[in-house]
Amino acid sequence: MNVSPPATSPGINDFVIKIATVNGTGSASANALLMKAIFRSGVPVVGKNYFPSNIQGLPTWYEIRVTRDGYAARSGTVDIMVAMNVETYARDVAEVAPGGYLIYDSTWPRPALLSRNDLTVIGVPLARLVNESFEGVRTRILMKNICYAGVLAALLDLDVECVRQLLAETYGRRPALLDSNMKAFALGYDYTRQHFSCPLPLHVEKMDATRGRIMIDGNTAAALGCLYAGATVAAWYPITPSTSLMDAFKSLCDRTRVDPQTGRRNFAFIQAEDELAAIGIVIGAAWNGARAFTATSGPGVSLMTEFLGLAYYAEVPAVVFDIQRVGPSTGMPTRTQQGDILACAYASHGDTRHVCLYPANPEECFYMAVQAFDLADRLQTPVLVLSDLDIGMNDWMCRELEWDDSYRPDRGKILGPEELDRIEKFYRYLDVDGDGIPYRTIPGVHPKGAYFTRGSGHTQYGAYTEDPVEYQIVADRLLKKWDTAKRLVPRAIIDATADSDIGIVTIGSGDGAVREALDALRRQGVRLDYMRVRAFPFSEDVERFLAAHRLVFVVEQNRDAQFRTLLTLETSVEKSKLRSILHYNGLPISSGFIVESVLAELGAPAGSRAASPALSAVRGDKVPKAGEG
Amino acid sequence: MTFIPKPRIDHPNLPRNALGLTRRDYEGALSTLCAGCGHDSITAAIVEACWDLALRPETVVKLSGIGCSSKTTAYFVSRGHGFNAVHGRMPSIATGANAANRHLHYIGVSGDGDTLSIGLGQFCHAIRRNLNMLYIIENNGVYGLTKGQFSASADVGSKAKKGETNLQPPIDPVLLALTLGASFVARSFSGDKRQLVPLIQAGLRHKGFALIDVLSPCVTFNDHEGSTKSYAYTREHYEVAVHADFIPAEREIAVEYSAGEALPVTMHDGSRIVLRKLAEDYDPTDRIAAMAAIQEHMRAGEYLTGLLYFEPSNREFHDICGTTDVPLNSVPYEQLSPGKAGLEKLLARYR
Repeated sequence: MNVSPPATSPGINDFVIKIATVNGTGSASANALLMKAIFRSGVPVVGKNYFPSNIQGLPTWYEIRVTRDGYAARSGTVDIMVAMNVETYARDVAEVAPGGYLIYDSTWPRPALLSRNDLTVIGVPLARLVNESFEGVRTRILMKNICYAGVLAALLDLDVECVRQLLAETYGRRPALLDSNMKAFALGYDYTRQHFSCPLPLHVEKMDATRGRIMIDGNTAAALGCLYAGATVAAWYPITPSTSLMDAFKSLCDRTRVDPQTGRRNFAFIQAEDELAAIGIVIGAAWNGARAFTATSGPGVSLMTEFLGLAYYAEVPAVVFDIQRVGPSTGMPTRTQQGDILACAYASHGDTRHVCLYPANPEECFYMAVQAFDLADRLQTPVLVLSDLDIGMNDWMCRELEWDDSYRPDRGKILGPEELDRIEKFYRYLDVDGDGIPYRTIPGVHPKGAYFTRGSGHTQYGAYTEDPVEYQIVADRLLKKWDTAKRLVPRAIIDATADSDIGIVTIGSGDGAVREALDALRRQGVRLDYMRVRAFPFSEDVERFLAAHRLVFVVEQNRDAQFRTLLTLETSVEKSKLRSILHYNGLPISSGFIVESVLAELGAPAGSRAASPALSAVRGDKVPKAGEG
Repeated sequence: MTFIPKPRIDHPNLPRNALGLTRRDYEGALSTLCAGCGHDSITAAIVEACWDLALRPETVVKLSGIGCSSKTTAYFVSRGHGFNAVHGRMPSIATGANAANRHLHYIGVSGDGDTLSIGLGQFCHAIRRNLNMLYIIENNGVYGLTKGQFSASADVGSKAKKGETNLQPPIDPVLLALTLGASFVARSFSGDKRQLVPLIQAGLRHKGFALIDVLSPCVTFNDHEGSTKSYAYTREHYEVAVHADFIPAEREIAVEYSAGEALPVTMHDGSRIVLRKLAEDYDPTDRIAAMAAIQEHMRAGEYLTGLLYFEPSNREFHDICGTTDVPLNSVPYEQLSPGKAGLEKLLARYR
């Protein structure tokens, strides 16, 4: 556990609540209710769900970070703990920062465990309140959750009318449920206001910082992207944490792609027998001209590698979402990691490299999903979108997604019937335009369009070959296509305003934590230039950024520094100037961890002003005056 | 192996089908299989069937995995689109291709290694999906390309060329398909073109998954004394249970069959299969009875052949998926995207 001092002290609209419960008890809806109520008050919020790979009965936590500055990561601290799970009580209590708050169910006293005198303890007899008002074991369990939402609403000064509105949106069609939820909420709310001084010093005050924002998870956003990209064939094998992407796509299609008259669907949604088949179905469908995709996680990527090699070599588009989880092997299916960076980049035997996109948040999942289909079609190759559990399954505050109705899918170089009529003869693997991308045809369209697709050696004319020269012509042309890809993939996002000779680089979900860390470091006089890489192959700007800095921190969420390895393999950067900051315990990386790691590397303990030579060098003349920035 | 284009010499009087195409228009590259390979006879039967049905060549999709059998898709209908997938995974490529365009003719050619070992799972699930395709297994009981290992269809007691005896029980694709609910299950022999061609035609027109397990001796590695998949053994031990004549919807029945002797079954598109029972005890419309009879004959060391089970009306893959008639690869983008206004609505719950 890496807990470092927060950059600033907690305060109004700036604190972390952690709720410890048991999974399968319905706490998710109570937690979502709290999140949304804060969000609707105009206050930015971050939600992280730490759940077990289990259906019912194991410990689960939900962390809500209220962040007036609009940060997107974990801070690494807990200010208010709602300790609802007896099993994890001791460690939950231990996790709260000094001066924090502990809320527990006082129906049964727990004096032995209330050992910390630096916390404010708030006991609410949740079980008793609920048991007095509700019948039935299941109902009581569910209502106890809404009851602690009421407690928090009172302590944090949440808008009750807003909570009522949210409950109405959820249970509008089931008035009985709405009534019981409101009743349970009021039980907690009223009891707390009667017995404690409300609100706490840490509470929510209305802001106007969420206008034009939505709260959405990356898997839903990616599914929306697939819908808007015009994907019609979706095949997958269920695997956490990717399943919700497919569920979301199905539900979006059910809402928008079903003919109201006939009930017939403009999509095929295929649950395959395994990931081997899922990717095969995607490749078959894409080969036949449909936009097709699958979503999976690490174990699925391992199974798909053989087919990915075929799609690379036979040049068939395919879109694969890898919602990374903790590996190796089964690993920790409900915890997050960026452990598939190398596996995806080089999936398959033989000389194979794949286009990979690295979204940093749900908003990017949406746009990159669309981009992935365009790139796959344009480049006639698989495109892997590497999201992760943190992005995929947590609700993130994002800018409202936007759509331009003038968008039309870029289907790449496809010869239609008219073009085929005009040409003498069609050769599938010939580099006509000099960009390494050949033309393709769709089966059934025209007699001249026929060709044979194979994973075995083939000539540029599409015929089988074992000829050394013919083989190499195609292999080299694929390399040329790879160079073309460098110009088409999304560029890195670079912020060099610090004008430092030290840089920090990350990919994917590390973005939020790095950005916050940069602010915190700046407050301590350390200024770094920042680059977030968004795609593989690396574009030239990646090369330039690495060359322009004498020391570059590489922040990623795996043990073996896979992203750093990829940078050293695929750019000309000197290995020695890349310093890894690695976080791989399954929790999303926190900003505090990055601040601590950077300062440790530069030779100063966190919070200390005693500068080491290295640190002085970074600070150099560019050190801002105290309070600046 | 190298790619050998077949020299084209067309006699002006070659018979032409309804599209005005000759058999030569349905041929492919020159086979590089061993002389006398059963697979080449099956290729010839496919050419004949496609020509006679007058399929537009570009609407024929040829799918295969890896192995000798899987090479054969290059040897027929070269004006069709071929996809030589990875080992054992042709059914998933077929599923995706079919999902994208339900109106093409899908012919999968696989072997006993490709289907019954590495590809067993995919084979089973393609049957469960009732994918609308013709799936031919060119079954020789042996791995030819790797020089003579037993496959999963080798019979107990069958001898390998190097002298080993197979002691593991075989997986029979016909019985397996029947247990999985397949709606068209046939067995044939590469040496019996008269039986094979109408079976291929019926399988192509069948709505749903049509399996033809074709015993196809390997002349190089499994045609010796002691093999139960040799030409000699197969000829001696194969018994036709049901002969099926195929009459396309567009063609009149030329021959009248007397009642009792023949059973005409109408297919979904109006084509007819005329079944003639040759084994007294056999009923090709009764799944349980068919399975029992096949197993009885197996016990006696005989291969029962013909259209062994047939169910004309059934729910195929697209019926299960509920997909529209327009091929999914051709639905206009405007019908797929809910647009800016749609996004506005879809995002309401996330605000």
